[in-house]
Amino acid sequence: MTIAEKILAAHAGLDSVEPGQLVKVDVDFALGNDITAPIAIKTFRQAGVKTVFDRERLALVSDHFVPNKDIMSAEQARILREFAAEHGIVHHYDGGESGVEHVLLPEKGLVVPGDVVIGADSHTCTYGAMGTFATGVGSTDLAAVMITGKTWFKVPRSIKFVYRGNLRPWVGGKDLILYTIGDIGVDGALYMAMEFTGPVIDSMSMSGRFTMSNMAIEAGGKVGLVSPDDTTLNYVTGRAVRDSVLYRSDEDAEYARVIDYDCSEIEPQVAFPHLPENTRGISKVGNIPLDQVVIGSCTNGRLEDLALAADVISGKKVSKGLRLIVLPTTPTVYMQALREGILATFMNAGAVIGPPTCGPCLGGHMGVLARGERALATTNRNFVGRMGHPKSEVYLANPAIAAASAVLGRIASPDEL
Amino acid sequence: MKIKGKVWKFGENIDTDVIIPARYLNTSDPEELARHCMEDADPDFSKKIKPGDIIVAGKNFGCGSSREHAPIALKAAGIGCVIAPSFARIFYRNAFNMGLPIFECDGIFGGIRAGDEVEVNADTGEIRDLTTGDVFTAQPIPPFMQELISDGGLIPHVLKNL
Repeated sequence: MTIAEKILAAHAGLDSVEPGQLVKVDVDFALGNDITAPIAIKTFRQAGVKTVFDRERLALVSDHFVPNKDIMSAEQARILREFAAEHGIVHHYDGGESGVEHVLLPEKGLVVPGDVVIGADSHTCTYGAMGTFATGVGSTDLAAVMITGKTWFKVPRSIKFVYRGNLRPWVGGKDLILYTIGDIGVDGALYMAMEFTGPVIDSMSMSGRFTMSNMAIEAGGKVGLVSPDDTTLNYVTGRAVRDSVLYRSDEDAEYARVIDYDCSEIEPQVAFPHLPENTRGISKVGNIPLDQVVIGSCTNGRLEDLALAADVISGKKVSKGLRLIVLPTTPTVYMQALREGILATFMNAGAVIGPPTCGPCLGGHMGVLARGERALATTNRNFVGRMGHPKSEVYLANPAIAAASAVLGRIASPDEL
Repeated sequence: MKIKGKVWKFGENIDTDVIIPARYLNTSDPEELARHCMEDADPDFSKKIKPGDIIVAGKNFGCGSSREHAPIALKAAGIGCVIAPSFARIFYRNAFNMGLPIFECDGIFGGIRAGDEVEVNADTGEIRDLTTGDVFTAQPIPPFMQELISDGGLIPHVLKNL
């Protein structure tokens, strides 16, 4: 069996499962945010149920439109706050405790290897980097889990991606996943488990792995899995609130496809508007002037990402007329970036430092684009209107490209500095 | 159940940011969401459509975010059903949970023109283009999803089996 099949079988109380099989599974942890949880809470209340399945296994994170961007979003965050108080929800994150959910939950050890996790947010697949079957659902599915602690899945087929070769300069997890999406397309893994393997993944940091799993949904994937290893265990140790269970795919596991990439041929990637699959190598980008650069998000807003961008921008200035917005993703990331001088480096360069929030990634606040404006972001989606006006444009890239682009005022490689 | 209406066509990979832009997600009020449904693709869409009208789209409809606001907006705007060769899976699940009928049908995008009158038999999956007389067949709805529908949605199904 594959790792995806093993985790689902274990949570369904079965010895084995097969792709296509419908299974009812126990959910280890569930998540809702300030956009999706209000609908789930309303549904939960309407169902007349008195208690949630486990008040320690549900996180309610206000991160999308916080600090409250307007009256209506303030009302939504209040729904989470009141529900959390009423039901004694242990993991309610708000104010100075809150951060971008998909960085916050692993950081706090709330999701662990071997878990089944559902979140009412499509980027819940991020935790697959830890060997967790984690996937996004809608608010009604979240409500059902809040009631029962169980959900149903059709066991997905798996695609195995094997990454070999030496990485070129400035190439990281973001480039590999963008390249992969560019190769297979935005529905190339529709309802399939993506499994990231090979020597390049073996030597990749957790931060890079989280970035790759985060964008599995951008290829239509159900989950984006990395088999847990020493890197995973080192990350989990000292954080995990529950014991990890380590599942790995069998040697003879069956895959719908196996795709091999020679990473020595992959340059830093840029996804052009308006789909993550519209990727080009940095050398083929041409002259694309920018109005804004955003460094942050559940994709690339971890300390390692900020440190990389700060190294590139250190001692330089943001191009005149361009706005660089940096959003550390959690209070811990923010504090570490502060202590290590990373935020000072950004501020000296002329960046705006924002609080931990999803903010402009989805055009919410703190960096919304005007008509005709063009941004490069370390985020995950570049759909029409994603970051603001429907006539604005978003380009996706890694933090090093983002920093170099902020200095040069156009999409650029750090090699050009 | 039969769904009958005029066809509105959209392309491939229609994402949830197009179905309902995130700038309107500071509410979950169906009527408010309906007003902005598909606005970035067609600013007057919600004013032009009539109850029961049908969206025919290319592959991977509903890709992107897990926001249930997307099927809520379409349903509240009066869309009778969505027909596409394939749906992104979170949207697929949400649509059933919300009670927005959706049908997977391979040849539909090239076979039906915008503005045609179409009738869909939700029980048999027969899609009849009343303007041209052409007939298409949607893939059958999986048994478990049929069970959800007959129970009245996911939550009634869950409560029934508690």
